[in-house]
Amino acid sequence: MTALPKSIDETLALLRQQDYVAERSLATALFLALKMERPLFLEGEAGVGKTEVAKVVARALGRDLVRLQCYEGLDIAAAVYEWNYQRQMVEIRLAEAGGKTARDELESGIFSRRFLIKRPLLEALDYGSKEPPVLLIDELDRTDEPFEAYLLEVLSDWRVSIPEIGTIRAQRPPIVVITSNRTREIHDAVKRRCLYHWVNYPDAARELEIVRCKAPEAPERLSREVVAFVQKLRSMDLFKLPGVAETIDWCKALTALDAVALDPATVDDTLGVLLKYQDDIAKVRGPEVAALVSQAKAALAA
Amino acid sequence: MGPSGKLAENVMHFGRLLRGAGLPVGPDRVLDALDALKIAGVERRDDVYWTLASVFLGRRDQFDLYDQAFRVFWRDPRHAARVRNLPEVRGRIPPASREQELSARLVQALAAQRHAAPAEPAAERIEFDAHLTFSAHEALREIDFESMTNEELAAARDAVARLRLRLPELPTRRHVQDPRGARIDARASLHASLRGGGAIIPLCRRSLGRRAPPLIALADVSGSMSRYTRMFLHFVHAMARDCERVSAFTFGTRLTNITRHLRHRDADAALAQVARAVRDWSGGTRIGACLREFNRNWSRRLHGQGAVVLLISDGLDREGADDLARQMERLHKSCRRLIWLNPLLRYPEFEAKPAGIRAMLPHVDAFLPVHNLQSLEELAATLNSC
Repeated sequence: MTALPKSIDETLALLRQQDYVAERSLATALFLALKMERPLFLEGEAGVGKTEVAKVVARALGRDLVRLQCYEGLDIAAAVYEWNYQRQMVEIRLAEAGGKTARDELESGIFSRRFLIKRPLLEALDYGSKEPPVLLIDELDRTDEPFEAYLLEVLSDWRVSIPEIGTIRAQRPPIVVITSNRTREIHDAVKRRCLYHWVNYPDAARELEIVRCKAPEAPERLSREVVAFVQKLRSMDLFKLPGVAETIDWCKALTALDAVALDPATVDDTLGVLLKYQDDIAKVRGPEVAALVSQAKAALAA
Repeated sequence: MGPSGKLAENVMHFGRLLRGAGLPVGPDRVLDALDALKIAGVERRDDVYWTLASVFLGRRDQFDLYDQAFRVFWRDPRHAARVRNLPEVRGRIPPASREQELSARLVQALAAQRHAAPAEPAAERIEFDAHLTFSAHEALREIDFESMTNEELAAARDAVARLRLRLPELPTRRHVQDPRGARIDARASLHASLRGGGAIIPLCRRSLGRRAPPLIALADVSGSMSRYTRMFLHFVHAMARDCERVSAFTFGTRLTNITRHLRHRDADAALAQVARAVRDWSGGTRIGACLREFNRNWSRRLHGQGAVVLLISDGLDREGADDLARQMERLHKSCRRLIWLNPLLRYPEFEAKPAGIRAMLPHVDAFLPVHNLQSLEELAATLNSC
């Protein structure tokens, strides 16, 4: 168990310890979220390390990570709690066989915690005597509005009401990280309760540091060229720009192919690691790649 | 050190400044900001910057405004008033509190175009009602919008406003109780059982809930289209009133999101706001470029759950057809149904000759005319069944 960081610099160092190279702006937002016990709302393009933040924080602080992956149609039974119906029915049968018929007794017996199945949200609030966990609500934009509305109650009061049992309340609020890819706008009411941060693509120096951290096996020259190439690529007019995750994957892929430096042919062959839309690949492949490679090399030489 | 006295006051004024510029910054956020500053400290300018950003912002597009406001305000508060006049502010921030501020010039311009005789609307209405026999209505339905008189246009607008528009409801992934549903609802069953003492377990059932898909309207506002587009926007406004998820864009030489402006309940007020927001009204067309912008910036945010896309355009593009075909293909692939409305279809001898039309045609699910009331009514019927 690690104590919460006491300053923004400590937060940065904590993330760095876990091989997460963060901007100071992200560290500021995270530090505030930890101190103010507010959820941290991260938006950004795919592959810039939003989900990773929650994992890293959980690891760094020695907390459990509870992950709620959102999807369309997510409901209370899948997100908060569910009763174990099979066991309840068996219980009813047993009660009948044993001749017990007192209705109140039966009801309180059946709706007890023994038969409760905890789903991520409840798990994050009802963590027993441990330290509050890190709750990751991933890709919130994939759910529908009713779930968002439900989340409001949980995020502001840190409690869940189960009609049969009563209200379950967190002793101390969990550390909450919400991510969104922005396939739709999340309602302001949710954002109001959170600290907002837009995660941007990193600049060249930071991206190089990330690559060194995450793909240490890659030769230094290759890493430099890969980062310079990707940075150039991001200035192009593409449907989906490559994220940091793609940069790291690409660097690993090239290392696996024993490349020590970029050359247009290898780049052409491995472009699918970086770009995930056929239109984008068709646009870049060939002469464009050659030009980008030479530009990247020239930028490094300068 | 805590933010007290002068600093607290300044943060409050900064919050007010942001609110004045259109950001949803309430007193609660100002209090949050003070708490946050207490924690983060005010020793470093960039820390203060990001601290306030994390509290005051909620969307990425608010960022530029915040950045400007921060730079101006925290340098010299006397310049704060200037932020309100920066040109970028108007385009980016919803003019929510300025709905009444229609400029006189615009009111006149709109009045000249759409209400030729605004002086005695009541009299006109009575007269119109008197004439609205079956045959009069029939006749109105078939007149081309382009050749309607102003009175007829007004009558047509009323008719459009009266259309009842429904999109068919599609199953969602969420379950609702349904006595004839296919699945058993264990939770409800057990509850029902206990209500009766637990002796018998009546089976409750559930099935997938249903919801209308989102609708996206893309309207061409180039010169050749303007009259049809105006009527079509009335149609979209009626649509937005009846369905819950409707987004609308106009395009000519650039793409403009007019969803917010159409929310006004009154059709004329809504359209007046649209006219103010759209700057390329009656200009040229760059369909390919505008569709590309839509595909790149908006499609992933709006198409999410199987949208129906209505595209109204004559397909006469000034630019190359190659890119147009590609963008149409992408648009088609990312939505549930793509319906192209083309007023040129009113001509019986219409042929898909122009390159733009030939490029777009293979990628649409339905190709319909939209030049008179009857065609709009048919469109409503088509939407009902898609």
